[in-house]
Amino acid sequence: MLADLAKKTGFYLFITAIVVYAVFPFYYAIVTSFKAGTAIFQVDYLPTSFNLDNYKSVFSSGGRPMTLDDILHFNITGFPLNFINSIVVSTLVVAVSLFMAVTAAYALSRVRFRGRGLLLMTILSVSMFPQIAVLAGLFELIRAFHLFNTTFALVFSYMIFTLPFTVWVLTTFMRDLPVEIEEAAIVDGASAWVIVRRVFLPLLWPALVTTGLLAFIGAWNEFLFALTFTLDNAHRTVPVAISQLTGASDHEIPWGPIMAACVIVTLPLIVLVLIFQRKIIAGLTAGGVKG
Amino acid sequence: MSQAAAPRNQGMSDLSRERLRSAWIFLIPMCLTLLIVAGWPLSRSIWFSVTDTETDHIGQGDFIGLANYLAWKTLPSGRTVFYGVLVNPEWWNAVWNTVRFAVVSVACETVLGMAVALALNAKFPGRGIVRAAILVPWAIPTIVSAKMWSWMLNDQFGIINDLFLRIGLIPHKIAWTATDSTSMLAVLAVDIWKTTPFMALLILAGLQLVPNDIYEAAAIDGVHPLKVFWRVTLPLVRPAVMVAVIFRFMDAMRIFDLVYVLTPNSSATKTMSVIARENMFDFNKIAYGSAMSTLLFLILLGSITLYLWLGRVNLSGEGER
Repeated sequence: MLADLAKKTGFYLFITAIVVYAVFPFYYAIVTSFKAGTAIFQVDYLPTSFNLDNYKSVFSSGGRPMTLDDILHFNITGFPLNFINSIVVSTLVVAVSLFMAVTAAYALSRVRFRGRGLLLMTILSVSMFPQIAVLAGLFELIRAFHLFNTTFALVFSYMIFTLPFTVWVLTTFMRDLPVEIEEAAIVDGASAWVIVRRVFLPLLWPALVTTGLLAFIGAWNEFLFALTFTLDNAHRTVPVAISQLTGASDHEIPWGPIMAACVIVTLPLIVLVLIFQRKIIAGLTAGGVKG
Repeated sequence: MSQAAAPRNQGMSDLSRERLRSAWIFLIPMCLTLLIVAGWPLSRSIWFSVTDTETDHIGQGDFIGLANYLAWKTLPSGRTVFYGVLVNPEWWNAVWNTVRFAVVSVACETVLGMAVALALNAKFPGRGIVRAAILVPWAIPTIVSAKMWSWMLNDQFGIINDLFLRIGLIPHKIAWTATDSTSMLAVLAVDIWKTTPFMALLILAGLQLVPNDIYEAAAIDGVHPLKVFWRVTLPLVRPAVMVAVIFRFMDAMRIFDLVYVLTPNSSATKTMSVIARENMFDFNKIAYGSAMSTLLFLILLGSITLYLWLGRVNLSGEGER
């Protein structure tokens, strides 16, 4: 009886430790982001103040608070512009890679042809590529296409990791669907394009949402290409912008605004992840556990 | 169709030929894109590594053979001097840092991930909340994690120093990210914090495939839980863990962002990706940096081939059905 109780307590202590360890850094970033002035240099384990100064400074555009007029006339600079860049890049990357991946995954999962296994392995190995191995070549290519220091350079280069990933996950998903669902359409003489659009797309929505979300997160978080292929702040995405928020010396690092920016950038992701929790876990394990 | 009188199986092969044709039309955009964003840049990077190209004058380099990797010259005094990446101590330092980081982080993440997965595999009230909570570190962008942790690890105002001083773990404040002896620990701590959830969820998915009656049978026979873990659970989740370990190891070997932001310019943590990029874009030596990135590519290619061959892991999921 006592041993049982001790076991149970130990188990719950372990679970509590996991949760605290997982959540504490983000919690502490939130606590810090609401502190202003010198209060920030005081270590507090619990929230002590609720000051929005750091958020105001992050959302200032060109040294003054952003107004509705600025937004309407797209007169946006600084961090809000970085945020918009990130949204544009990630959305475009997801749209383009999902479109190509759905059709490719259909061919890879439903049609038997010579070299299919080899092609699949090639796609998988591209997704494991070290990004640095293509950096010099991509730099040359982006310069040649006159894409250097544009958001399109990022959309273009991000294909290297979103495309193999989306193709892979959608292929494993479509492979598990029964043959019968397309038999009727084949007998009716429907073209492959019609089969994909009318038969598979309605069934694929859940998988598309998950894969799209994971690809979005991947593009949102990418750093190496974003750092290398953009030069000025107007074209930077959020991760690079945050990494460049530094002061002249250690004492001048604007920790308050950095923490506020971190919270702003992370909050949408956490909300999305929590909403789609179950689907994400299924998507993450789709390629993984099969072997 | 005009060949309406043709034999039946002729029609079938027409159909499958048609299917094959559209399959290739579907595959071409994807293959072409991958060729342009991955295949071509990779081959250009490898080409740069055997030239003397400078970053500012890209495309004007001349072929110099393997001189970026290894070259030597015999001085008039008779002494032979070696040049190149392969005799560069900074490169070998980066290789050592990367390998050390990858092995330690993946090992810790696997063990911790296994523990977390086993805990989450048990039924208890609030399990959904715990599972949601461990997804939080995974959802946070790496750069944000690096910044959050460098604030927590700050030498003067950081909460980690405050906490460790309070419980008497350290005698005085430590500059975790700026001291050579602790900066690798800092990088490892952040990486383990960030990726253990991923590992745990992959292992958990494997654990949930283990049928419950096996555990029930073992419980009835009075087998010790530890023995059940070693003899039943571990062999059954091994394939899932193997795949998760490969993905994580590949990821850890190419680490760039966390090191670059958390411990900038520290030789104690500089990894292969960091030193390669530094040569390419900070030192104007794109050829020399490409030699480094090509070596990293070859190291990864070699280790994955070895791993797949030794572990007989079937990654494609084909051939089981």
